[in-house]
Amino acid sequence: MADTDATLDAFRAEISQWIETACPASLRGRAMGEDMIVWGGRQWQFAEPAQKEWLDAAIERGMTAPRWPTEYGGAGLSRAQEKIYREEMARLQAPPPLESFGLWMLGPALLAFGDDAQKARHLPPITRGEIRWCQGYSEPGAGSDLANVQTRAEDMGDHYLVNGQKIWTSYADKADWIFALVRTDREAPKHKGISFLLMDMESAGITTRPIRLISGKSPFCETFFDNVKVPKENLVGERNRGWDIAKYLLTHEREMIGGGARGLLGGRSLGQFLGGLDGAMDDPVTRAEAMACEVNSLAFAMTMERYKDQAEAGQGVGNASAMLKYYGTELNKRRYELLMNAAGSEALEWDGPHGGLAPEWLRTKANSIEGGTSEVMLDILAKRVLELPNS
Amino acid sequence: MTTLMETEDEVMLRDAARGFVAESAPVAKLRENRKAGRAFDPGLWREMAQMGWSGVLVPEVCGGAEMGHRAACILAEEMGRTLAASPFLSTAVVAASTLRAVATDRAGTALGQIAAGDVIYALALDEGRKYAPESTAMQAERAGNGFRLTGVKPLVADGSAADRVLVLARTAGAPGDAVGLTLFDIDAARAGLTRDRLDTIDSRDHARLIFDAVEATGDDVLGEVDNGLAVLRAGVQAGQAAMAAELLGVAGGAYGMTVGYLKERRQFDRTIGSFQALQHRAAHLWAEIEVTASAIANAGRVLDKTPQDAQLAVSLAKARAAQTVDLAVREGVQMHGGIGMTDDYDIGFYMKRARVGAEWLGDYGYHAALVAAARGF
Repeated sequence: MADTDATLDAFRAEISQWIETACPASLRGRAMGEDMIVWGGRQWQFAEPAQKEWLDAAIERGMTAPRWPTEYGGAGLSRAQEKIYREEMARLQAPPPLESFGLWMLGPALLAFGDDAQKARHLPPITRGEIRWCQGYSEPGAGSDLANVQTRAEDMGDHYLVNGQKIWTSYADKADWIFALVRTDREAPKHKGISFLLMDMESAGITTRPIRLISGKSPFCETFFDNVKVPKENLVGERNRGWDIAKYLLTHEREMIGGGARGLLGGRSLGQFLGGLDGAMDDPVTRAEAMACEVNSLAFAMTMERYKDQAEAGQGVGNASAMLKYYGTELNKRRYELLMNAAGSEALEWDGPHGGLAPEWLRTKANSIEGGTSEVMLDILAKRVLELPNS
Repeated sequence: MTTLMETEDEVMLRDAARGFVAESAPVAKLRENRKAGRAFDPGLWREMAQMGWSGVLVPEVCGGAEMGHRAACILAEEMGRTLAASPFLSTAVVAASTLRAVATDRAGTALGQIAAGDVIYALALDEGRKYAPESTAMQAERAGNGFRLTGVKPLVADGSAADRVLVLARTAGAPGDAVGLTLFDIDAARAGLTRDRLDTIDSRDHARLIFDAVEATGDDVLGEVDNGLAVLRAGVQAGQAAMAAELLGVAGGAYGMTVGYLKERRQFDRTIGSFQALQHRAAHLWAEIEVTASAIANAGRVLDKTPQDAQLAVSLAKARAAQTVDLAVREGVQMHGGIGMTDDYDIGFYMKRARVGAEWLGDYGYHAALVAAARGF
């Protein structure tokens, strides 16, 4: 049924009522620190019972995956409904009931490329927070040049044998399963011999090691594959066509990383943060920079919405999504420079008066590197959107 | 659902407008006007009126097309793309929106004349270097049942072609007071009003208006006496949004010309557009234009839907547009190299119009400060 103003108004009333009932008051209006995030998974321990209550209610209604089909545990919402849901969640200051790479990345990829058995097996556990996924893309020799994947999966007849190493695998040490790009044809040109493979992290031969960043402890890991046996049914899409899925997911990832620029320090606005720093806005340089950041952030948020609406309407933005990644991450870095400047000496401890501001600031430096550097994004725009000639 | 995407009607309007200005008002026309010593071609304005552009914000009951602010912004943007010169902003946007908000019989008649293309309006507001209407010093002394206006408005857009002038003058208080200002709608031919045409960098119509005891009656007052800023709000906001849209078009035009040049020009045995240093700058400019386009679309949507609460959206649009067009024309001239500095090439026209447009009704700093205020800092 097509959305009309009337049906959407009714939906808004209903969903806000539901959020108020289903999301315990103790969870609402709190700063969104890492401790508030529910990732799910086999080993998951809730920090407080209210989180489980909220997750159970959301699962019941399919609201952990609002746009996914109901048969896989989603709520089957339209884009307009989902937008309203997000608005109402923000208005009521309710935290997402569940977050995960399964919801953000693998799920959409399976919905687009997976077979019925794969969807039926993997999607419902994601929506219920039972299986936590991680992403195995980058390798020590494949960063911005992602297609240079060397981790190989040999066809052993009844299974694949995987050997190699991944890097920057976020939360690999906590994840239950990994979706990874592996080389299945070493003779083919580099984009053509890649496949998309799902692996249980409990398989023999998989080990992980966390990576410490300039910002301190991080979710990133190195992941090693040593003669790992993987059932053949775990290959998604066509063999040697994994790059298509990778590209699809990269678009998702870029929009997600770019979109990260909208949140700030536990959901506070720039004005709220700076307003809390006595006298910070009296400095003309800080003031001018704050105004510039706010102007750009507002216009950028509108652009994110416009692009999503266009994608939804079938007017795919394609390579233009590289712009969201580029612009959003550069903006985010600029905003954190502003915050560090404004907070001055109060921002110099790892855990000072403004909590983890310093590590967050340092962490933003990765935004314009991970998922494709700003320079790679500008290359994509120049070649694919502006159609400037190759050098 | 409110979306910043263009509706089918809007896409059609844009295509039609783009086709019309490309045909009837390409940049070459600006050069032609400049050579002929005129700021715009009255014949072109008549054609625009026939297409309903002058009545874009005039209610249907007054003979207008009543297409709304988003549509007005699309027209302004497309005119900006080729630097098409016309009194559109002063007349069809600012004056029409102001008169519409006043909603008297006399205003209704004036709106009908605007829609028909029979009258050109100018807005005589600023007296200083920067947009600051509350600083208005021009006196409107009470004289009998009316007023006598004395003072100078040093740079009025469309001031020499205008048939009528919306002029803001002080009836109470002192410069700096937001109250005590009154808006008058007077005949430009009235005794005591001298208009000196100015030679501005953008080759458009600007004039210095000198008021020497110009008589105005109570009928010439728009809205309430002493409350002129409130009377002007709708018109000014509409003008700010439409100028922002024009500047987006100017940016787009400069960008298009520049990227076209990058694909043609050869140096060091290769097309200069293959140099990564230039590619990245061009791609960054494209990104800025895309982001600004959202702010422009949003301003039009908000003015159409909730005009009483539009300042944030309008100021965001004007602030972004001023920054983006500045980048576009600077990069445009630089990437054209030496030829970009010559008067024979069109890119310089874009730089000049951008500078004028960025000042009109508030520059980046003015609007960024309003955004900050609306956002709580």
